[in-house]
Amino acid sequence: MLVSRRARAAAAAAVSLALLTSACGGSDSGDGGEDGQTTLTLGLYGTFGYEEAGLYDEYMELNPDIRIEQSVVAQSGPYYQALQTRLAAGSGMADVQGLEIGFIADVTANNADAFVDFAAANNADELEGNYYDWKWDQASTDDGRVIGLGTDAGPQAMCYRQDLFEQAGLPTDPAAVSALWPTWDEYLATGQQYLASPTRQQDSAFVDSPNSVFAPAVRQGDTTYADEDGNPVVEDSDGVQTAWGLASQAAGDGLTARLAQFSDEWNAAFTNGAFATIACPSWMLSYITSQMGDEGSGLWNIATLPGQSEAGSTWGGSWLGVPSSGEHVEEATALVEWLTAPEQQIRMFTEQGFFPSSSVAADSPEVAGATSAYFSDAAIGQVFGDAAAAVQRTPISQYDTQIQDAFSAALTSVADGSRDPDQAYADALAAIEQVTG
Amino acid sequence: MTLADDSPRTLAGTTGLADATAQDVADVRPPRAPRRGPSLSRNRWGYGYVAPFFVVFGAFSLFPFLFTAWISLHDARLSDIDGGTFVGLDNYAALLGNDFFWNALRNTITIGILATVPQLCLALGLAHLLHYKLRGRTFFRTLMLMPYATSIAAATLVFATLFGRDYGIINTALEAVGLDRVDWEAGTWSSQIAIAVIVTWRWTGYNALIYLAAMQSIPGELYEAAEMDGASRWRQFLHVTIPSLRPTILFTVVVSTIGAIQLFGEPLLFAGNGSTTGGSRNQYQTLGLLMYQQGWSNFNVGQAATTAWAMFLIILLVIGLAAVAGRIRSRRRGDLR
Repeated sequence: MLVSRRARAAAAAAVSLALLTSACGGSDSGDGGEDGQTTLTLGLYGTFGYEEAGLYDEYMELNPDIRIEQSVVAQSGPYYQALQTRLAAGSGMADVQGLEIGFIADVTANNADAFVDFAAANNADELEGNYYDWKWDQASTDDGRVIGLGTDAGPQAMCYRQDLFEQAGLPTDPAAVSALWPTWDEYLATGQQYLASPTRQQDSAFVDSPNSVFAPAVRQGDTTYADEDGNPVVEDSDGVQTAWGLASQAAGDGLTARLAQFSDEWNAAFTNGAFATIACPSWMLSYITSQMGDEGSGLWNIATLPGQSEAGSTWGGSWLGVPSSGEHVEEATALVEWLTAPEQQIRMFTEQGFFPSSSVAADSPEVAGATSAYFSDAAIGQVFGDAAAAVQRTPISQYDTQIQDAFSAALTSVADGSRDPDQAYADALAAIEQVTG
Repeated sequence: MTLADDSPRTLAGTTGLADATAQDVADVRPPRAPRRGPSLSRNRWGYGYVAPFFVVFGAFSLFPFLFTAWISLHDARLSDIDGGTFVGLDNYAALLGNDFFWNALRNTITIGILATVPQLCLALGLAHLLHYKLRGRTFFRTLMLMPYATSIAAATLVFATLFGRDYGIINTALEAVGLDRVDWEAGTWSSQIAIAVIVTWRWTGYNALIYLAAMQSIPGELYEAAEMDGASRWRQFLHVTIPSLRPTILFTVVVSTIGAIQLFGEPLLFAGNGSTTGGSRNQYQTLGLLMYQQGWSNFNVGQAATTAWAMFLIILLVIGLAAVAGRIRSRRRGDLR
């Protein structure tokens, strides 16, 4: 009797334990086992577009012993939170992990050893030769390790509404519009001209948010948020000082629609024609297309980013890295090299609209000669290719995302009138101090 | 208190606190039962049955609770959570000198008052109305609980749209009656009021249901006696209903206050773009949101764990004050007797 009681108690405890462990149980990368196939897993965020472009299927056809599975987190923020806890634990990672511009510097600074070093590969020179030097550089550590191969990039241009420009009596041809603003000061002057136009669409602002000035301009300086060693530099950065001056002026002068980017009101403002220009990293084209649908076709066009003759600017872009603790490092490395090779980057641009981070791909006729019907036949290949080629190497720091968010919030408070620029600048520095310590 | 805690408003707590107060009032303890012999072997069955709860509690409540305390003594980042340097109580000292903490505490208190006071008053009124014999009473009682069944995310997204500056229906309505548009999110008071409205909308029905349940246990004779003495409905409400509900009111005040201190989802989602700053000037950043920003935007988990423990201590303080208030009240009542 006693034995059976004890057994039952033990069973109850065992069941509860089993429930627990199964709940915590991880994602085994699971060797297919059957047919001697190897299953490779990719952990990604947002839209990489490989599945949609059919690249996985093609790779599996070329390599019958490989099976590919991907798991996708919608936003890069939560994705990186999860990746960090796995990096801390040293386990649970997929065979291939996506790395974004917003956090790759954090990984190169703190967890570079957890990833395969592409600079040590046999074909390292060839790989490096495929890329814009700044793209290769951003995934490099101080001691020369390279933790990921670039997928897309986000060279920036300036999108503008042709119809609103016409109403306000401004030119609409991309070359003429680009000639309006060789520099950011001239861009702001054009904004004043727009604002002063008696015929402009009522309630429409010149630019969506001060961030459309700040985010591109800050990356056109010699330094952005970091010195050469990746240490945060904010107050002494020429990029920050110039960009803050320009953006707070735009905000204070009422050139902006006083919107916080990616908020609901900002999304709604697209279809309401609430602003005439917006800074356009290459991925913004698909964002605009999805916000405005067919109605927006032919309304927009694309001009050169102000100040590009000095330096181009990028925003966004990703890499694929291979965690060295994985079970299939060799196969995963081969897959990453194939997915990011120039031929595939060309296809990702022509089929999915992701601008290449490979200069070889960007210079190919398929990319360089591309136009977009939705954006009034703008020569997108040329515009973004020129922008990417004009980008100077600026070091990135592990705090770039947080620093940029702090400035962006401060600029919003200048735009809505709740702070004067000096106070807002001090607020931003205080918030940054919380991050960099 | 774990880093990612959920609002712990469960009905299970109701009886606990109410009982405690009742005991205080009675203040009569039953004679202690004589100790029985060692009963460990006799109770093995019982241990087996309660084990699942304690294993889950240990893994998901006790361990995170202690681990959070341990982390709060370190300068640790999310990607290297075990490798932080031990800094003792430095994080706590830094917290006390941190303007962001005091700002968040202030916001938490003001939003808490803006949300809790109207919420409980409305709930009391609603419960009183639904206590009458009405046609379709069950329908209204169910309807009242609907907001509580709505997810925070859904409710907040809808309210954020309603409170939108350019395209929100509330501003359209204000304009229609000749008032100025309000930039709800940009202002300090306006944003806090908007968030308080969401909280009030969501929790009023829940509290009303608790009051209603308590009202139903008030003996009808009290009302009959009051009526015979010529008391109006309003007088009956003031002098019969409210005094009888006191322990319940104390319970809802405590639970709402704890909920208010932990307010997180509404201010996070109100921004609409996932920003954890709580507005461009942190004007509606609550303690919960500050903790999230420190841990999951800035990846400074040492700081976040410290904020989490500070929140826990504040909640303990509130419960302590409520308990003292309850005791003083019951003692005073004892003196009268």
